[in-house]
Amino acid sequence: MDRTADERVRAADPAPAELDTAQANRISHPVRPGRWLAAGVVALVLVWLGWSIAVNPNLHWDIVVDYQFDRVILEGLWVTIQLTVASMLIGVVLGVVVALMQTSASRILRTGATAYVWFFRGTPLLVQLIFWFNIALIFPEIGLGVPFGGPKLMTWETNALVTGFVAALLGLSINEGAYMSEIVRAGLRAVDPGQQEAAAALGMSRAKIMRRVVLPQAMRIIVPPTGNQFISMLKTTSLVSVIAGADLLTVAQRLYLTNFEVIALLIVASIWYLVLTTVASVGQYFLERRFSRGFGTTVPGTLRGRIGRNLRFTGSAR
Amino acid sequence: MTAPMVRCRQVRKSFGRLEVLRGIDLVIERGQVVCVVGPSGSGKSTLLRCLNHLEEPQAGRIHVDGELIGYEERGGRLRPLPDARLRRQRESIGMVFQRFHLFPHRTALGNVMEGLVAVQGVRVPDARKRAGELLDRVGLADRAHHYPAQLSGGQQQRVAIARSLAMSPKLMLFDEPTSALDPELVGEVLEVMKDLAASGMTMIVVTHEMGFAREVGDHLVFMDDGLIIEEGPPRKVLAAPTHERTRAFLSKVL
Repeated sequence: MDRTADERVRAADPAPAELDTAQANRISHPVRPGRWLAAGVVALVLVWLGWSIAVNPNLHWDIVVDYQFDRVILEGLWVTIQLTVASMLIGVVLGVVVALMQTSASRILRTGATAYVWFFRGTPLLVQLIFWFNIALIFPEIGLGVPFGGPKLMTWETNALVTGFVAALLGLSINEGAYMSEIVRAGLRAVDPGQQEAAAALGMSRAKIMRRVVLPQAMRIIVPPTGNQFISMLKTTSLVSVIAGADLLTVAQRLYLTNFEVIALLIVASIWYLVLTTVASVGQYFLERRFSRGFGTTVPGTLRGRIGRNLRFTGSAR
Repeated sequence: MTAPMVRCRQVRKSFGRLEVLRGIDLVIERGQVVCVVGPSGSGKSTLLRCLNHLEEPQAGRIHVDGELIGYEERGGRLRPLPDARLRRQRESIGMVFQRFHLFPHRTALGNVMEGLVAVQGVRVPDARKRAGELLDRVGLADRAHHYPAQLSGGQQQRVAIARSLAMSPKLMLFDEPTSALDPELVGEVLEVMKDLAASGMTMIVVTHEMGFAREVGDHLVFMDDGLIIEEGPPRKVLAAPTHERTRAFLSKVL
């Protein structure tokens, strides 16, 4: 199955040998001076920017190198990765559940889903994070028992339960769930209703139709924006520095508050964020390819081609 | 004396204010090939979709193989059938759609296997073998590992027929199976349907292919404005329609 998908990707690039035999029919493209001039200006600016950053004594590159693999920084990096992955996983599950609620025949389920999206998309994430961190002010105790003031089986002190990490996880994942539900809903809506009819006519149950027919096709629509959400989440986790989330930015800030190397440590953190987003982009490419099976045209070129496109100074001569 | 394969009594269906079916009475015997013709909007497709309860009729009764479709009678009232039993009814009624509706994320083989695996719980190796035989029957053994997007319309529709046959249905519904096809691809699909008819399958075919109706059909039903206007042996109805509206319609399509 995967083999045919690969072949299709390769078939999209014409073989070089074929192009050579077509020498006689070659089209000569006119020189475009404006484009070359613009490219020259951009190249000059890039080189000048690079040079001024490299030789700038205020940037303390030696300190950047010292701290890049510092144990404290790496611990913060690990927290950032954990927060991102856990928040996205919970967010995706919440998103699917809420999206399914929105397509439900029950008005109460639909209203609940809409209220959830309305509230968590309508308030700033930063406010939500601070709110979760201070949840003990509203609910000093959390207990298991009969609701509406009935007897309780167990209770915990909220402050002990909701640490900085837990508050961060709650804030990020519940907020993410609201955005993911919209993405999932768009994906579900993009699947031809005829697909559900064909599956129903075979005698499939609603749950199986969703799992085996609708969701796999919706994934093709859902995966690219979810990749974006993941990459965005990698950096959004830095917001939890306001509630002592112990993430990458928090630990970098703690370090520069003691040694005053503000810029160097921000560069250290930024480099790690860049590394993480680059790795995530590569993963996104492979996920997209996996879910494009059977949809010939949507495979977005090869990985090398995609990176190459971003490295070339001028476009192809077309 | 066995019951007819399909018996419709006073079936009515409306969408909002629009009455699409206004009291359909129809009896179809076992092994019959019934062609349903008529102008667009006459309710042909809706009638077909009521037969496997993709549309819920608002009044009337539909029996397939003696079984009331979509409802059960309790205490003299009709109640919607529990999901599991409705699914079993649908499983025994195959349906082929105008726009094929193959599952684009599965190969031709995967499409035919889907119902066997997901509905009938057949083990994958057995399902693969059975699906391979069915693809062979519709002449597509060599396309088993192609995705729908890599197949022509005619090939897709033949896969869709094989997918329905995989459930071993007792009745096959065809909703304008050749209307979305390029003219030169119509023949291959009709050929498969002709073989199926020769094998004794009971078929209801909504179609504009009067040639197929005349050659393969045992019975022709002409519908207009939510009612059956005229029915009878295809050759007779096509050659000498008794009703004015049938004559007007046939003069346009023949």
